[in-house]
Amino acid sequence: MKLTIKLALSLLAPLAAGLLTGCERPPIETVQTGYRGTGMEQIYNPRTLLKQASLNQAPAPADAAAADGPKAKEVYQNVQVLGDLSVAQFNRHMASITQWVSPDAGCAYCHNTENFADDGKYTKVVARRMIQMTQSVNQDWKSHVAETGVTCYTCHRGNNIPTNVWFAPKDRKYANSAMGDLAGQNSATQTVGLTSLPYDPFTPYLKDAAPIRVNGNEAMAGIGNYSNRTSTKQAEHTYSLMVHMSESLGVNCTYCHNTRNFQGWEESRPQRVTSWYGIRMARDLNNDYMEPLTKTFPEHRLGPKGDVAKVNCTTCHQGAFKPLYGAAMAKDYPELQALAKP
Amino acid sequence: MAQYQNLFTSVQPVGPLHDGVELPREDDKRTGTPFLLHLLGRIGNAQIGPVYLGSLGVASLVFGIAAFNIIGLNMLASVDWNPIQLLRQLFWLALEPPPPAYGLGIPPLAQGGWWLIVGFMLTVSILLWWARTYRRARQLGLGTHVAWAFAAAIWLYLVCGFFRPIMMGSWSEAVPFGVFPHLDWVSALSLRHGNLFYNPFHALSIVFLYGSVLLFAMHGATILAVSRYGGEREIEQIVDRGTASERAALFWRWTMGFNATMESIHRWAWWFAVLCPLVGGIGILLTGPVVDNWYLWSVKHHVVPAYPLGNPVVVDPAILGAKP
Repeated sequence: MKLTIKLALSLLAPLAAGLLTGCERPPIETVQTGYRGTGMEQIYNPRTLLKQASLNQAPAPADAAAADGPKAKEVYQNVQVLGDLSVAQFNRHMASITQWVSPDAGCAYCHNTENFADDGKYTKVVARRMIQMTQSVNQDWKSHVAETGVTCYTCHRGNNIPTNVWFAPKDRKYANSAMGDLAGQNSATQTVGLTSLPYDPFTPYLKDAAPIRVNGNEAMAGIGNYSNRTSTKQAEHTYSLMVHMSESLGVNCTYCHNTRNFQGWEESRPQRVTSWYGIRMARDLNNDYMEPLTKTFPEHRLGPKGDVAKVNCTTCHQGAFKPLYGAAMAKDYPELQALAKP
Repeated sequence: MAQYQNLFTSVQPVGPLHDGVELPREDDKRTGTPFLLHLLGRIGNAQIGPVYLGSLGVASLVFGIAAFNIIGLNMLASVDWNPIQLLRQLFWLALEPPPPAYGLGIPPLAQGGWWLIVGFMLTVSILLWWARTYRRARQLGLGTHVAWAFAAAIWLYLVCGFFRPIMMGSWSEAVPFGVFPHLDWVSALSLRHGNLFYNPFHALSIVFLYGSVLLFAMHGATILAVSRYGGEREIEQIVDRGTASERAALFWRWTMGFNATMESIHRWAWWFAVLCPLVGGIGILLTGPVVDNWYLWSVKHHVVPAYPLGNPVVVDPAILGAKP
């Protein structure tokens, strides 16, 4: 009998230990965000949160520069976007952008140091367009970024290229063979939180404007034109976009939705409206700013299918419910608040 | 050590090895010489074999193994024939049904054609295996309870992969053959149809599922508890109760005022198990062809509790004419 116990324990102990490794070490903190009994709550692990917080700190703003004196466009040549700044403000901006985007390569990352006005480097042309994009976000997309706004740092965080951008995914090697169709899903990728859901929710929703909503407004199935023809496979695509958003923001479904009724707006939190605008914003930025730059970028900066790097929720959010946990960094850079007049 | 803590069978009575009852002349021979395996005797009967395969069994295995291999080869092809990736991503990989555009038509092999072939083969294999359980039971002079219980499970399988897709007019509605992918299909189906938890047949199915677990625990515990009085001789005790049966019955009458009998407890168990996939299948068949949105259906029938809404109430930005 003793032997049997030992045998059973020696079999069960490693099994139990193995299963436990799949768990997250406590403590888990729950924050209620909705009416009691509805399960509207957020789950945090303070340990993970601490690590996240240190990764999402805004840098100290540069000292303000005087607005008087000659304008940048009067002193420098080929200043197309920030020409109305004073020379001091303009140089402050250039110093900041260097810190935000190319702290290692310095000015030479974008500029020909022999002639700063030269547009020969593609990085300078891209940077100019990205400044306009930042201005457009702050001016036209207050529905998503509110008064907090964004700067170059929101995405770049000291990197030449933001660490989280997306390309149309590469086809597998034998994509044209008669076997092994992935149907755009069933791959172990981080993009959709290691689910087997469609791994490219971005092309249909953040570049094209495929319908995201799959639920009907009628209880019973209608006939012909009155029926909701949305398929389960479409639901999987929407689901994968939602998993991406959840992963990007480091939140649960219940951050926006009441999960008993995902479609219902009246039971949702106001955050859902903000993210609704966010989806449209990402789509606009990709189509108006990123796509037209495709030819500007050299080939090695393009994706496996020759498409330009594009933005999704993670590009700015990087695991935080608000980028940089809502640090109002943009207010110190008024030149980024509105589209410069051409 | 208390008896109830024992995981393993404590008594292994061993008699002469036997083939079992004579088979009718038209039947095949049984395969294999029986032998004893002590370790298996710890969790079941120590005698292994002989096996009766027969023509139904062979045909079922041929179709089943073919289906299994086609699924595996498609999975392997989908990771560019890399065996390491096959192992790493095994739980993610799948053989997917065709895209919605093909409806109920015949898709090309590369886009769901293999799924259709595998679906046919697997279904044939399962149905042949069902016929085998039916015929084997008859040949042994048994009732066909096992076959009909199995048929209940086959009903749910056919609803998910055959009847519902046909009623929806699209093979794409069917379940993919894969571990995580079929689970994601379940979630997506629920999300698409406004939360399956509001489907009363789904609820009923859960009742029978958890009910089966409860009954199984109650019955297993009761019989083990009275085995010291010979309680495991359940079938004899249907007509000749004896002290084990009396004590078991008394225990439940004392604790909850009512007890099953040695016969009725097995009818309880059988019906609970069978009703679980039976009503579940009805629920899935209604999802889409009849009811599009279970949440709204439940609102319509006043079974959704109302909670206070936030202030201000959140409004769909798309109907506000909001830019863009």
